[in-house]
Amino acid sequence: MTGEAFGNMLLTFLEGFGVSLELFGITLLISIPLGFVVALGRISKYKIISWPLSVYISIMRGTPLLLQLLFFSFGPFYMFGWNWNRFLAVCISFALNYAAYFAEIFRGGIESMPVGQYEASAALGFGKGQTFFRIILPQVIKRVLPASANEVITLVKDTSLVQAVGVVELFSLANKLMGKQVSPVPLIVAGVFYYIFNLLVSFVFRFIEKKLNYYK
Amino acid sequence: MTMIRVEHLCKHFDDLEVLSDISMEIKKGEVVAIIGPSGSGKSTLLRCINQFETVTKGKINICGDDMIIGENAKGPIYAPKKILKKIRLNVGVVFQQFNLFPHFNALRNITEAPIRVLKTPKEQAQQEARLLLQEVGLKEKEKSYPCELSGGQQQRLSIARALALHPQVLFFDEPTSALDPELTGEILKIIKKLAAENHTMVIVTHEMSFARDVADWIIFMDGGYIVEQGRPEDVINNPQKERTKAFLERFHNIRKESKLDKKQTLPGENL
Repeated sequence: MTGEAFGNMLLTFLEGFGVSLELFGITLLISIPLGFVVALGRISKYKIISWPLSVYISIMRGTPLLLQLLFFSFGPFYMFGWNWNRFLAVCISFALNYAAYFAEIFRGGIESMPVGQYEASAALGFGKGQTFFRIILPQVIKRVLPASANEVITLVKDTSLVQAVGVVELFSLANKLMGKQVSPVPLIVAGVFYYIFNLLVSFVFRFIEKKLNYYK
Repeated sequence: MTMIRVEHLCKHFDDLEVLSDISMEIKKGEVVAIIGPSGSGKSTLLRCINQFETVTKGKINICGDDMIIGENAKGPIYAPKKILKKIRLNVGVVFQQFNLFPHFNALRNITEAPIRVLKTPKEQAQQEARLLLQEVGLKEKEKSYPCELSGGQQQRLSIARALALHPQVLFFDEPTSALDPELTGEILKIIKKLAAENHTMVIVTHEMSFARDVADWIIFMDGGYIVEQGRPEDVINNPQKERTKAFLERFHNIRKESKLDKKQTLPGENL
């Protein structure tokens, strides 16, 4: 491969990776708050709230993301003849899938809090909201950070799945170029893209973890 | 003036009867120690008075406010939220496991409640907190986080935290049970100091000699009942009921032995 061809490939990949990152960002932006709300609903004492949410989580975690991706992309067309924006469909299925995982992480974090923290807080006259937001939540964030980092890193790699529904991003470009050039180099370069970005992600998480390390 | 009145209190966990017909009265300035074997219901009694457990039957009145205002088929009817909160602020609780807030430093552990709950100005709350820290011997530790403090220091901090709301009554739920004997002494010393300052206190404890020295009144519980109560010299030195005698026998035996060896002291003695 000539230097110019390699440079062109990098530019194309960068553009493709932009799409991957867009999906990554949108998914996080929706799935983390949504997961938080779902976690709260999941631990609600009202069955009418907690039961549907546990069914939702169970389906999202129990079926392949690829299947969900295909379902959201093509299902509406086959069922109702709706032809909607493919990227929107992809974002929705990713957000719903990841929200389920985040919800379980957050639920675990909230439920791991010792009951003594609630009792001490109540004894001091804090209301329920104050207890949750000032005493419980800050500690939960610290507890869920390592598991959340795992999820975020997996998300970066999972964006490559969307090539299956025809969204052009880094992985689909690399795959096509590999066939054209009869060479694994495009694949390796794409791998480096993912790897470097994930290094960045884990660095950010380690930084936050360190910041929160002032207490145990 | 009566600070706490408990009348015919019962508490069941499903079929298990944990408290049976408990009645007691605590007056202003009194220090009451509740003793008894594990599982006798001491802590549950405290937890009922502190609203961590709902009672099955009975009445509780704290500083003139009725916690329970009636009864229906489902059980007791609790007072409106506003009253319950007022009761909460009238009592301070010190826990066996300290239950400090690990993400706040020592100073903020104390100031958070006065600032957020009583709306005390921050400056004033911090000033008061520093005085409290000084009182419990943690003057130099205001910036330390609970994980940086020893068990004894953590418990002293939690006492300061409870005092910050100026409660009418202080409850101690086995305040030294999570500490080794050496650290136990420093907590008992502070409780004695508080007793000398005329704080009304209820202490669940296993430290017999401490209970005898600091308390004005001893309640001995077993199997969910108050078996015997009275002045410490009567209950501890001259118990009337067989169950009390049996429970205190070991304590008296240890004391006899330790008298042979003058250097040995029990935790809480000679403070």
